[in-house]
Amino acid sequence: MKLVYFAWVRERVGKTDEEVEVPESIRTVADLVRWLKGRGEEYGYAFENEGIVRAAIDHVHVKPEASIAGAREIAFFPPMTGG
Amino acid sequence: MIRTIRIQPETFDTAAETAALTEGRADIGALVAFTGLCRDEGGRLTALELEHYPGMAEAEIDRIAEQVESRWPLLGLTVIHRFGRISPGEEIVLVLAASAHRAAAFEAASFMMDYLKTQAPFWKREHLKDGTTGAWVEAKEADDRAMERWG
Repeated sequence: MKLVYFAWVRERVGKTDEEVEVPESIRTVADLVRWLKGRGEEYGYAFENEGIVRAAIDHVHVKPEASIAGAREIAFFPPMTGG
Repeated sequence: MIRTIRIQPETFDTAAETAALTEGRADIGALVAFTGLCRDEGGRLTALELEHYPGMAEAEIDRIAEQVESRWPLLGLTVIHRFGRISPGEEIVLVLAASAHRAAAFEAASFMMDYLKTQAPFWKREHLKDGTTGAWVEAKEADDRAMERWG
């Protein structure tokens, strides 16, 4: 699946997007965040406060407990500040 | 019901957008226009840079518009949100809500803005007068409370 990052999450991870092969044991957004944090300190930095970073699956906001089954694109970003 | 949603880097012309929404219509009795502008924060900023999530920004504003239209009897709704580098004094966002009577138009525009601020995937970053890039703007709790009041 494709992961995309925005604003300071993008800066901390150091890339705008990436393709990842996620192990089958990773079932939810929260599982995915834990798995990412194990991949390197840049992810640890981006997700150091897990309660802050928001997620969307295929352009729809989701909560950490949301299933990632069938997801094509998962986005991570800070709380929004538009308008 | 005419719904117009645009995400664009260019400035917009509120008068032209209003004319486009009301032209040839005899049923619209109220039109509320909200324009969000870029502040210089007491002379500190030279610009705001707005990052957005292409694809999701349009989709999310469309979903908010659906909620607005299900709650109020609107005759027209226009939302234009800019991205990119925006100078103080320039427009960032436009919401036009048209209805037969004013209450629906006022409330719909207010709801739209409260949800835009907290749900639409845009992020602001400051560019400072001294030429440096400042911080990402932090989300305000007051904006979350403003959204929650709609239940």
